[in-house]
Amino acid sequence: MANHESTVREPLILGDKTWHQITEDISFPVEGKANKWWWIVFSISALTALYGIGCLAYTIGTGIGTWGANKTVGWAWDITNFVWWVGIGHAGTLISAILLLFRQKWRMSINRSAEAMTIFAVICAAIFVTMHTGRPWLDYWLFPLPNQFGSLWVNFNSPLMWDVFAVTTYFTISLVFWYSGLIPDFGTIRDRAQMQGKPLRRKIYNILSFGWSGNARAWHRFEELALVLAGLSTPLVLSVHTIVSMDFATSIVPGWHTTIFPPYFVAGAIFSGFAMVLTLLLIARKTLNLEAYITINHVESMNKVITLTGSIVGVAYLTELFISWYSGVEYEQYAFINRATGPYWWAYASMMTCNVVTPQLFWFKSVRRSLIATFIISIFVNIGMWFERFVIIVTSLHRDYVPSSWLIYHPSFVDIGIFIGTNGIFFTLFLLFCRTFPVIAIAEIKSILKSSGSQYKK
Amino acid sequence: MNLNYNFTDNNKKIAYGLMGGGVLLALLGAFTIHEHAAQRIWANLLVNGFYFMAIALGATFFMAVQYAAEAGWSAGLKRVFEAVSQYLPIGCGVVLLCILGSQLHLNHLYHFMDPDLYDPKSEHYDEIMVGKQAYFNPIFYWARILAYFVGWSLFMRAFRKRSLQEDLQESVLRHRKSMDFSAWFLVFFAVTSSTMSWDIIMSIDAHWFSTLFGWYCFAGMFVSALITINLLVIHLKENGYFEHINENHLHDLTKFMFAFSVFWAYLWTAQFLLIWYANIPEEVTYYMDRWENYKWLWVFNLAINFVFPFLVLMTRDAKRRWGTVKFVGSVIIIGHWLDVFIMVMPGTVKEHWGIGPLEIGMLLAFLGLFIFVVLSSLAKAPLVAKNHPFLEESKHHHV
Repeated sequence: MANHESTVREPLILGDKTWHQITEDISFPVEGKANKWWWIVFSISALTALYGIGCLAYTIGTGIGTWGANKTVGWAWDITNFVWWVGIGHAGTLISAILLLFRQKWRMSINRSAEAMTIFAVICAAIFVTMHTGRPWLDYWLFPLPNQFGSLWVNFNSPLMWDVFAVTTYFTISLVFWYSGLIPDFGTIRDRAQMQGKPLRRKIYNILSFGWSGNARAWHRFEELALVLAGLSTPLVLSVHTIVSMDFATSIVPGWHTTIFPPYFVAGAIFSGFAMVLTLLLIARKTLNLEAYITINHVESMNKVITLTGSIVGVAYLTELFISWYSGVEYEQYAFINRATGPYWWAYASMMTCNVVTPQLFWFKSVRRSLIATFIISIFVNIGMWFERFVIIVTSLHRDYVPSSWLIYHPSFVDIGIFIGTNGIFFTLFLLFCRTFPVIAIAEIKSILKSSGSQYKK
Repeated sequence: MNLNYNFTDNNKKIAYGLMGGGVLLALLGAFTIHEHAAQRIWANLLVNGFYFMAIALGATFFMAVQYAAEAGWSAGLKRVFEAVSQYLPIGCGVVLLCILGSQLHLNHLYHFMDPDLYDPKSEHYDEIMVGKQAYFNPIFYWARILAYFVGWSLFMRAFRKRSLQEDLQESVLRHRKSMDFSAWFLVFFAVTSSTMSWDIIMSIDAHWFSTLFGWYCFAGMFVSALITINLLVIHLKENGYFEHINENHLHDLTKFMFAFSVFWAYLWTAQFLLIWYANIPEEVTYYMDRWENYKWLWVFNLAINFVFPFLVLMTRDAKRRWGTVKFVGSVIIIGHWLDVFIMVMPGTVKEHWGIGPLEIGMLLAFLGLFIFVVLSSLAKAPLVAKNHPFLEESKHHHV
């Protein structure tokens, strides 16, 4: 079929690439040797991860008394970090499922790494929920095991229970989606290893690719599977953060009980997820020489998503603020006055600045097409979204209905250690991924070459 | 290929018939109601005024989204979005009439407009309402209402003007300007779509509040607009127009219809579940009113607007059959009218409601008016925006 794509659209693959060059470019980081910088960053990340694991071990050995949480602020950094990480995990599924449904061709060069990021972020999130129960060795009680097993059935009325199902389902589907997409690309690496005379690599990638044959029937099934998984993932993008928001919104805590929470949490999750995708990809495109595939045009599209979701979040903040006044409910009004002007005013101010104000800079075309500006703003958004969860959790809890129990929360070194440690785990896993898996879906990017490659735009 | 739509005499007669018949039926209904007739008439005026205004506004929004997202598939359908959006000023006018009536105390649609509430000496003195006085004071309130109506209408007219200009002269620059313009509209819409739903609908139940309400209203409005657009496309196709539009376009439009029906149900659930679960007296009143006096309608609302399209439009084949989509669309377009009905009635006429000749007559009359305005607008410009830079993509659209 002839190519009908409008000339108004910018190309998505630069440098007049051929089919073969695409394979070469994307396989290169997997087949070549890592440079000095990779080893330096990897060592720092791995050491940080080790420190975090040490803090986790200390928590398991001693108990969650090692954390800064107190009798008033019962949830603090643990749940803040959990929500933050789960939120970051949303971008991968959004890109792989919803942008697929909207036929966004620019997703082809970013979906693989975004999905990987999702998996790693959910792993980090899972660490916090399993730990915050206090006795993580008994966490299997969260699952509805039969009574003969020795436990009573779980409380299905509790949103915390729904969370267990939502997050595990999400993780499973995301993992299967990501892995099944990798299969043909593993096949490619395997075949190239054979030609390059690397029998061990051939063997490993052959196992990873499930002996991918590459015949028409395999491709047909592969595509069917992708469609089914995309269909399953789409409601999951909405459901996970909806359930997370209900951990708060079903309660009657002022500042938590608000009906806008479900869609607003989902928008915020996509917002933070895209920020993290940008942070990672801006580095990856440079160090792995992928500038021809992750172009300024891609960065601009992602920045537009950030502006959109950031503005949705902004509207939600203002709606909450307004309705708390409009409601005439004294407690609700106080919760918001306390957020903005109480002892944690700085957290609220950071949240507002980083999440609502900074993304508005992307209204300027020069800013959203600038790599440096994008990188800085993406970091701002990551920070801002962490503060959002901190504001919601700690600020709403620290002053309850009884003023004599009002307390200020201070994180302990263990809290800080575990949080930094999860960042170490996240980056370690991502760096390993960059060196062992093709970071761009080779088969998928080739499907848009003829419509969006630079040589077809001339 | 027939490029211009002809609003045939036959179709005109149908529109006139709906208007005339509807008015007669409504009059008949009005005279046979013995209790609270005036309030019921006003409440129905608000239901229909808001519903059709929301459809036109939703179509304007959809058009702006297509520009901002640089969508290619829908380029060939642009004139349909435009035609639906043309009803906007009339819809705003009807709502304005209802609000004006309440301000002049000809009706009691808006409880907050009763001055006794704010008078400490009055027996109707209401402390909660005094707390909201800053927001509901007449000058601020009217300034907002006028800003919405004038703002939207100006945006809508500007979209239309640019689109017709593009027909005369091919220019990518003009297209880029329309994209920027759409972004501005979307910003304006993001704020006003929420605030207008508080001002026009949520304020009917003056004490009640829900942070999600604005987005819930938006979801209903958007689905109604999508259904209208889809039904109009089917009408054009059935009458031999739109050769370049085929099952692939229908499929995409219906996917939107399906997805946003689910999205509507998602927000419906989010709002209901959280209020039900927390069970705070100030909040549950809203659902208690509906459960006590509108029980079956309330349940039916969810069934017809969610369960029905969800089950019927699930498969790919269903989304590509003109007849199926027409049938489902015709049913849920009434479903979303019922949704507006359930939002307006409990706060305005309480248990004195009904769906009789008055309600049906007024709905038919407004439907006739809407059809007349939309089809005449459709006939005024060529059916295809021929210089749209994505037109080729739309013509060769394949899913």
